[in-house]
This record gives sequence, structure tokens and C-alpha cells, in this order.
Amino acid sequence: MGNMLLDVRGLQIGATIHPPGEKSRDIEIVKGVSFTLEKGRVLGLIGESGAGKSTIGLSSMAYGRGGVRITGGEVHVNGRDILKLSPRGLRAVRGAEVTYVAQSAAAAFNPAKKLMEQVTEAAVHHGRCSREEAEKRAVVLFKKLGLPNPETFGNRYPHQVSGGQLQRAMTAMALCPEPDLVVFDEPTTALDVTTQIDVLAAIKDAIRDTGVAALYITHDLAVVAQVSDEIMVLRHGEMVEHGETDQIINRPAKEYTKALVSVRSIEHQEKKPAAPVLTVNGITARYRGTNFDVLSDVNVSLAPGQTLAIVGESGSGKSTLARVITGLLPPSAGKIDFAGRTLSPTLAGRSRDDLRELQMIYQMADVAMNPRQTVGTIIGRPLEFYFGLKGEAKRRRIQELLDQIEMGAGFIDRYPAELSGGQKQRVCIARALAAKPKLIICDEVTSALDPLVADGILKLLLDLQKAEDVAYLFITHDLATVKAIADSIAVMFKGRVVRYGTKTEVLTPPFDDYTDLLLGSVPEMRLGWLEDVLSSRRMESAGN
Amino acid sequence: MMRMPVSAMIGLFFTALYFLAAIFAPVIAPYGMAEVVGGVWEPMGPEHWLGTDSIGRDLLTRMIYGGRTTIFIATAATILSFTTGSILGFLAATIGGWVDQALSRFVDLVMAIPSLIFALVVLSVMPVTITVLILVMGLLDATRVYRLARAVAVDITVMDYVEAARLRGEGRLWVIFREILPNALSPLVAEMGLRFIFMVLFVSTLSFLGLGVQPPAADWGGIVKENKEGIVYGIPAALVPAFAIATLAISVNLVADWVLNRTTSLKGGR
Amino acid sequence: MHPILKLVLQRLALGCLLLVAASALIFAGTMILPGDVAQSILGQSATPQALANLRAELGLDVPPVQRYFDWLGGVLHGDLGTSLTNRLDIADTMGKRLGNTLFLAFWAAIISVPLAIFLGLLAVRYEGRWPDKLISGVTLASISIPEFLIGYVLIYFIAVKLRLFTTVAMINDGMSLGEKLNAIALPVIVLTLVVLAHMMRMTRAAILNVMQSAYIETAELKGLSSFKVIARHAFPNAIAPIVNVVMLNLAYLVVGVVVVEVVFVYPGMGQYLVDHVAKRDVPVVQACGLVFAAVYICLNMIADIVSILSNPRLRHPK
Repeated sequence: MGNMLLDVRGLQIGATIHPPGEKSRDIEIVKGVSFTLEKGRVLGLIGESGAGKSTIGLSSMAYGRGGVRITGGEVHVNGRDILKLSPRGLRAVRGAEVTYVAQSAAAAFNPAKKLMEQVTEAAVHHGRCSREEAEKRAVVLFKKLGLPNPETFGNRYPHQVSGGQLQRAMTAMALCPEPDLVVFDEPTTALDVTTQIDVLAAIKDAIRDTGVAALYITHDLAVVAQVSDEIMVLRHGEMVEHGETDQIINRPAKEYTKALVSVRSIEHQEKKPAAPVLTVNGITARYRGTNFDVLSDVNVSLAPGQTLAIVGESGSGKSTLARVITGLLPPSAGKIDFAGRTLSPTLAGRSRDDLRELQMIYQMADVAMNPRQTVGTIIGRPLEFYFGLKGEAKRRRIQELLDQIEMGAGFIDRYPAELSGGQKQRVCIARALAAKPKLIICDEVTSALDPLVADGILKLLLDLQKAEDVAYLFITHDLATVKAIADSIAVMFKGRVVRYGTKTEVLTPPFDDYTDLLLGSVPEMRLGWLEDVLSSRRMESAGN
Repeated sequence: MMRMPVSAMIGLFFTALYFLAAIFAPVIAPYGMAEVVGGVWEPMGPEHWLGTDSIGRDLLTRMIYGGRTTIFIATAATILSFTTGSILGFLAATIGGWVDQALSRFVDLVMAIPSLIFALVVLSVMPVTITVLILVMGLLDATRVYRLARAVAVDITVMDYVEAARLRGEGRLWVIFREILPNALSPLVAEMGLRFIFMVLFVSTLSFLGLGVQPPAADWGGIVKENKEGIVYGIPAALVPAFAIATLAISVNLVADWVLNRTTSLKGGR
Repeated sequence: MHPILKLVLQRLALGCLLLVAASALIFAGTMILPGDVAQSILGQSATPQALANLRAELGLDVPPVQRYFDWLGGVLHGDLGTSLTNRLDIADTMGKRLGNTLFLAFWAAIISVPLAIFLGLLAVRYEGRWPDKLISGVTLASISIPEFLIGYVLIYFIAVKLRLFTTVAMINDGMSLGEKLNAIALPVIVLTLVVLAHMMRMTRAAILNVMQSAYIETAELKGLSSFKVIARHAFPNAIAPIVNVVMLNLAYLVVGVVVVEVVFVYPGMGQYLVDHVAKRDVPVVQACGLVFAAVYICLNMIADIVSILSNPRLRHPK
């Protein structure tokens, strides 16, 4: 027991929820979870949304967010049960023995105070060292975490530095009091993929150098595989599997873990190039009232029944390209040919067939469907609008579409709020299919979904492509998805297409610097990947 | 179906009571509206439940007719302000561009002047009739409804489902009535209750200041004015209509709260 | 130029523009009558001679746009015109009454602002428990109650039944400060009650908004005491919204004063305005409307400028 830093026994966590207009009721979030953590070890907590992983992480500080409260079990930190401590005793643990790194550092820093003051606050408050010492230590940490100008970095305000830097500063804040345990709560999830890898590496180095123990919470198994010594897989508030990282990744025991590990293993045979259905010719575009081009001279094309993936990070212009193709943003130069005709640059100038044959599916299925319409109305409207279907004929067709998206008969009268995330996205797919389109633009359609659900959606899209011979313009920042479904790929960077060709061409070296950085930054589910990548990199990521 | 909370029940009871009394005023009022039936400020008694007023008219009768006037004016002005404000607000939000700019800047300007002050300025040259009151109050208040409706509609127009409707090629009417309106309804309905209360207070205040409903017709604010001299002699006649205004306002508020709660918890509520 | 200075100057310029536009709107407000203003003022029985005289006096023979600029020019030189009813210079009469009104509003603000902030903090401290519920219940009620009801209830119970304070609030130059305060005690209480509810509710919302920020959670997870969390992390971010709330409610006070002055027969701006609306004394109404609007616009402008100045993103640009 001497080495045992954290010992959680039979932890139960509940919350009272207050749905508007209904009676409040209690729900169980964590149902009896036990684990231990030795000094200096890193435990990864992994699970899909709703698995209770963040809640468990915060319980190591005896903290419940919102209405969440710990209803049973024991949490021992350094040998004493912190759930039994007085508020004063608990405050002595928080910020001293255990510290916390939040997902959104941008919100977690007080906007009115300088970074240095906030980074050193806990150390000084708990009397762990004097202000001067704390500031010296902070500068050392800034340097270690690779922040620019570490001597003066602390004089800035939170809004004056980038998101990736803030996340590192938050790590420095957590390490400054020299705690025994740091809770990392999805620290890289909100970052771009090329920034994520640097922050991840910085966190990993800092953990190793300081010898601190950590709980690393994330939904991304590939990420946690890089930093943790052991992994605990959670689902619906219960533990599925707990073991050494190597065992979980390479020899998972439970079915659920196997599914998580093998996610994105869809095999897709690349199709032969053919005469295009969509050709984007020299498109340049800018938003009104701005003085720079969001897109400059973009040329891509897409064959019928094939998938073109547009890949890039936030701000690369990939979603803007979708807006230009759909006619929401008229380009300042260039033209778009679609199905043998040239499309009008504006939405108003397009014929009903132009609109029908070019459909769109959105990232957030939640807001892509009118919450006041039933599934039947949502899918039925395009049938009525484009084909004049009514009554029984319409209902039959709706049911056919529901069958195609693998949803049963009971859904036609349901409202979107009654569906799960994956079901919502399926309904959106059915709405697009209802128009019998030649091309569907898929804008980050799987980004908001849990990995297993996302996999189901990708498989469905591939099946539908085979059956309906529809082309996809697939916009994403996730290269794993691209590898799974694309026939051709366009890599975008700062409004330009930097690499374009068939999937094999694009993914075969030699790469240009940016593609190299981007491809290299996608976490792979193997141990030691992070080190391999960092040692062979040619270009610095932009988000630093 | 959920059970109705007690507060909403009380609110609904009083709201219904006042509205029914207003509608059936001529049937239930014991005396004529301007009929002098007794001495000045007689106390409450079996003959006159609420006593008599400053010139000997039955106070209960005055109250019933006064309520009719107050509620009629407030209702009419609320309807006017709602239709004008929400139609313009929705149009501004969906059309955008210079129409939105022009309307919004004008509304900013009108709202930069307190409505009571602006109403007084306008009423200093206008003949004070019920029609003019309704017009002035309704149009001034439409600015607030406009702001709310526009804000709500702008929030909804940026939703992907509205974009999806536009990409489908739907016309402006479909977008406004089928996509935006059903989702904007619950905040607007709740606001409608608040606007009605504001109208009741507004017309009462104007009449109390002597610039609203003109004698011998009276609304509740006017009855307060007629009887305010009595307060100094310990005669509470002026407090009766004032309490009526307060209870009506509170009741409507309770009902509006309940409606808001209910509509947001409907299936598919946001 | 520092960007924040630019923003403040922009806001000041907008305030001035708004003032000019408001003056035009007030002027136009007295012109929207479809018929003849002079006829409307004097009534149907007026003699042609009287009508002609009034038209000349109001300058109705001059085109409205020119009349507006003449009026505005006068206002800028401190000339608010002459009253139609008693031929007195409006600026002279108004000066003293404006002083009285500000005196009343000042004391109401002195009492209500600290009280509202204190009660708002109390409601946040006991959020969801009975002090909070009591406060929000009272707030709901007092938002629904007309100012004159509060006024008359106080007069009836405190002044008439208990014989404390006077039913009318007459003040004059001969009175000492103590006598004056005694005279305005009831109207000050009414005004305080009128703005208190709004101010408290908005203060509560503003503080709650700050308390729910992620950085408050960060501070709590650092193990700071609740006092330190509030003093070091919540307070610096809550000042701006609270000052904003206070300013907006002082603007609200300006309107509440009109009714309260009439209830207590207090010789201030509100009484002056209401009297002359009834007498259809257009120049006085225009002048009073302009002054009220100006105070209202200025307070709103100050509220905006405070939020600009206290925004760390603007104070320390990238």
C-alpha cells in the first residue's frame, strides 16, 4: 500500500436531472467502479460520451460538476478517504496534491488576469513555495512545454495566446504546485490534429520529467495509447476492461474493447478514374467585407458513384468550398460544371433539378433537422417537393428509405429529439437520398459521433453508394475516415489545394511538407507511434 | 399530460375571471356605468359591495366597466404590437441586408427614448381617443417585439435545417411559416404575456396621469385618478382598481410562465 | 491610437448622433397629426384670429424641416423656447424642477443600488433555496405592480394611518436638508421599490453568469476558499455587468419618476411634463421630452462605455 497514490473503491456517482416541464429525477452516472494507481504511473480512462470518464476523473478531487454528486464508495488519495474530509481539508488536497487540466483551456483561464498569476496561484496559495520560486518554476515549465519566449510568456493575458499554447499553459498550471496526481480531461480534443500531436508530446515529456502520476481522460484510444502505462475502458458508467496499455491495444479481452481497437478498419477498393460528374474550375472566393481569399484557384473533379475526400484543418477553406458548390457563396472567379451543365454561381439562379441532384449532409445532425417536424415530414418533404408524391405513395417511399438506412417502421412519427446521435445522422442521409441526387456533399458527417457509431455511418454510406450510384464529396479533418472511404483525395491548406489525385497517389510518398505533417499527425493505434513521428518530421505545425 | 401547478391554476382562474367580467360587463354590472346611485365615497356594504366613488357612482360597476376598457385596450394594443413587431422582425431576419439595417436602426432610435415619454409627446398633439391610444401604445411597443422576434429568428435562420430548406429550393413563405415560426413560437408566446402586462400597466399609467381614457368613460387607471383625493381622508377607494391591475398582471404572468414551461417540454422541444 | 480609445470615441459619437436623431423624432412626434396642430390645441371652437396667432407663434407657416433646425439651434444655445400657456422662459422654469427631480432620483439611487447588489448577492449565495425563491417571488410581484399602487398603498398605510411622513412631497429652497429628506421619504421609498426588483434580478443573473464560468471551476479546483474564488476570480469579471445593470436601471428610474412625482405632487420635471401635455403646451412638452431622452441616452451610453473599458480583450489587445 505504500506506493498507492489513488485507490478508488466501489465508486458510485449520481445526478439529479431537471428536464423542462417534467418531474426531476435521479440518474446513475457511475455504477461502482474500482481501481488503483501507483505513484508516477499514467492511467488512461477511455470510453464513449456518457461513459462517465470525466466524472470519475473529477471524483479524484471529490468534485462533482453541475448537479453531480458522489453517492457511494471511497476515494483514497495518499492513504486517506477524501470523501470524508471537511471542506477545509478537501481544499488542502485540491490544487496541491491533485490538480486538473480541462478540455477547453480557453474557458478555464480567467480572462481578466495574466497567465503567470494564474499559473502560480495554487502553488503560492497552498504555501508550497514563495511567489518568486513559483514564478521561476513556471518559467522552467513553460520552457519544458515548448512555449515561445518562456521568460515573458506569463505576462500575457489568456486571449493573447493561441489555443494550443493555452492548453500547454494549463498543463504548466497543473504541474506548478508539484502535485502527486494530475487529471487530464480530454486536453487535446479541441485542438487541430497537427497541434494536438505537439501538445500531446509536450504533456508526455512533462509527465515523464516530473514523475507525476496522471489520469488521462479521452475518447480516442490511439491518443491514450501514446501517453499511458495502463488503460481502463469504461462504458455506461461501468468498467469493461482494465490492463496494461500493451495488452489493451494488442490483446484486448472483451468484445467492446476489440471493437474500439479495430475501429476504422473498413476496407474500400479504390475505383478507376472516370468522366467527372462534378468539375470545380479555378474557384476563388472570399466572404463579403473581408480582404483575403478563403479559396484561391481550386480545381478538383469527381466521377459518378465515387468519393472525393477534401482534407484539411480548421480554416483551410474546405467547408467554404462546400458553400460555393451549393451556391450559398457565389465565387469571385471560376465556374462549376455539374452533370453536363454549368451551375449558376448563386442559389437563386439554379433550376429545381440542379438543387435536387446536389444534396448535402451536415456535421451536426441535431441542428440539421427541424426539431418540430417528425421523421416522416423531414424525409417526406423532398419527395413532395421534387416528385409531387402524396398520401400512401409518399408514405411507402418514406418507409423504403427508412429501410435503406436500416431503421424500422416505428420511426416515421418520431421527433428528432427522440433519436440517438447515429439515428439522427441516418435520417439526414435518408432526406438527402429522397431527392435521388447525383452528388451528396458530406460535411464532417462523422466528426460529432462516437467512433463505433461513426463506423456504422461510414459503412452505410458505402453501401448506399453501391446501390444508388451516388457520388460523395466528403469533407473531413479525419484522415482515418479518408483512408476508409475515398477514391480520390484533395488536401487543402490555407485555401489552396496542395495535393490532389487518386487515394493511392496522394497517400504514397514522396509527400510535400504539409501533407507529410498532416498524415503524420493522425494518431495511430500502436505504441511508440508518437516518438517515431516526432523524430521524422519536416515541418512545424501552424497552431503553436 | 402533466398536472397543472397551483400557481398556474390561480393565475388562470383570475385571468379568466377578469376576461369574463370584461366580456359580460353589461350583463353582470349591478348599476349603469355613469349612474349616480348614492352619496360620495360610501363605505363597502350590501348595497354597494365596493362602496361608491368620488361622485356617488357604484364602484363595483365602475370597476367592471373599467376592466372592460383596460382589457380591451391592452388586448388590442398587444395584438397590434405583436403582428407588426413579429412580422417585421421575421422579415428583417430572413431578408437581411439593407432592409434589416434600416428597420433595426430605426427601432434602436425609437427605443432610445423611454416609451412613456414618447407617448406623452405624441399625445400632447393627438386627440386622446381609444383608437389613438391603441395605435400609439401598440406601435411603440412593437419595437420590443421586433427586437425579440428578430433575435429569435436570426438564431433559427443560422440553423442547418433552415439552410437545408433553402438548398432544397423552398420559398420564403415556407421558410418563415414552416421552419422558423414553429420554433420561434414558445419564446414569443411567453413574451406575449409580458407584453400584455406591460400594456395594462401602460394604459393604466396614462389614464392615471389623465392622458388616457377620458371621462365619463373610465379604465382602472382612470378610476384610481378619480378617487385618489380620498386617500388622504383614509378612504381606500383608489386602492381597489390599483389592486385589480396588480392581480391581473401577476395572474397573466403566472399563466405565461406555465405556457412557456409546457411548450418547451413538448415533444421535439428545444 | 489605442483601439479601446477608438471604441469609446465611436460610442460617444454614436451617442451624440442618437441624441440628434432622438430630438428629430421628438420634434416629428408633435407633427404626426394629420390635421392642423393649432386647431387641435385650441379645439373646434377657436376663433380664426386665435388660430392665426397660434400658427404664427408656433411658426407653422415655416416649413417643418427649417422649424426643426431653428428649434435645435435654439436648444444648442440653451434656448428651449417660451411656454404657450404662461409665456415664461422654459429653460428658467425647468432648471429648478430638473434640480428637484435629480435630488429625488439621487436619493433613490443611493438607497437602491447598494441594496439591490446586496440582495442580488444574497440570492446567488442561496441559489435555489428559500431566500432566493422569496426574492424572485417578490420580484415577480413588484414587476407586475404599477408605481402608483405602491405610492398610494404607502400613503394610505404609512402617511394616513400611521401618520408618519407627509402625503405630499412639497419642497422649497427655505427648507433644510433634513426637512427636505423628510418630505421626500415616501417618494424615495416608492422609487426604490420600483427599480429594486429589476436591478436585483439583473444583478443576480449577471453574477450567476460569471459564477458558472469554467474559470470559477478552475479556481475551486485549485483549492481556493470561496471568499478568494469570489474576490479574485468572480468579482473582477462581474463588475462590468453589474455597473451595466445599475446604469440601465437608473435610466429606468428616470421614467419611474414621472408617475411618482404626480402621485406625491412633487414639483419636478415629471409633474411639469404631465401638466403641459394636458394643456397641449407643445414647446414645453418638446423640451421636457428632449431632456428626459438625453438623460436616458447618456446613462445607456455610460453603461456601454463601462463595458468596453472593463473588457480585458479590448484593454490588452493582441
